[in-house]
Amino acid sequence: MDIKVNVRESGGDAYVVELGGEIDVYTSPKVKDAITELIDQGHYNLVINLEKVRYIDSTGLGVLIGGLKRVREHGGSVNLVCTNPQIRKIFDITGLVKIFGIYDDETEAQKALV
Amino acid sequence: MKEIVTEAKSLGTVELRIPSKAEWVAVARLTVAAIANRLPFTVEDIEDLKLAIAEACTYVIHASSGADTIDIICDTGPADLTIRVRDRGAIHPEAAPRRPAGGSVEGLGIFLIQALMDEVKHTPEGDSGGELIMTKRVGS
Repeated sequence: MDIKVNVRESGGDAYVVELGGEIDVYTSPKVKDAITELIDQGHYNLVINLEKVRYIDSTGLGVLIGGLKRVREHGGSVNLVCTNPQIRKIFDITGLVKIFGIYDDETEAQKALV
Repeated sequence: MKEIVTEAKSLGTVELRIPSKAEWVAVARLTVAAIANRLPFTVEDIEDLKLAIAEACTYVIHASSGADTIDIICDTGPADLTIRVRDRGAIHPEAAPRRPAGGSVEGLGIFLIQALMDEVKHTPEGDSGGELIMTKRVGS
């Protein structure tokens, strides 16, 4: 079981959090830490790239929702990059497609940040 | 023309006991995927089953009071898989199954189980443990 978290600046005040592997009850704290650290540093416009994520469960969704709530308090936003149909399906089922901006590539997701 | 029907053989029952800890949920997920792979489920069905068993285990870990282990019993029918997830502590089913709204994460796991599986039953048994029973049918 593995999770890879790579954080990088992407121009302007936006940051990209690139995730890879499996996000579940065991690995999601690592994702939460990375997002929390960025927000604590004052970065409120985030692109979370899920292209290399093979699996996500409700705890992973909870971390993304928590991050979105926090950045919105500061007028920021979180856009997701998601091309895996199975993961996209989970966002559809849960209705989270309505609260996240979900895009097919990173450039598009960055452009759409507020 | 005579129709040829091929029936999958029932594989019986597979039982797995894991520690009631987050790091073991992946083992349950992979085991259920391996079992489901023996039945004529689609790749998408198997992904659904992996998510459902992980959510069930996560639910038990969070909702149970002090159980050390989770028992996972997989009954394979000719065209369905029923998974019983038991713990030996008291389950508190306050995480009511409902569609999450406005970004709420409460009940998200149980909601996903209900959305992905064909049948879901929950039988809390007071302080002696509880059981979550879920079934997925081939071709549903």
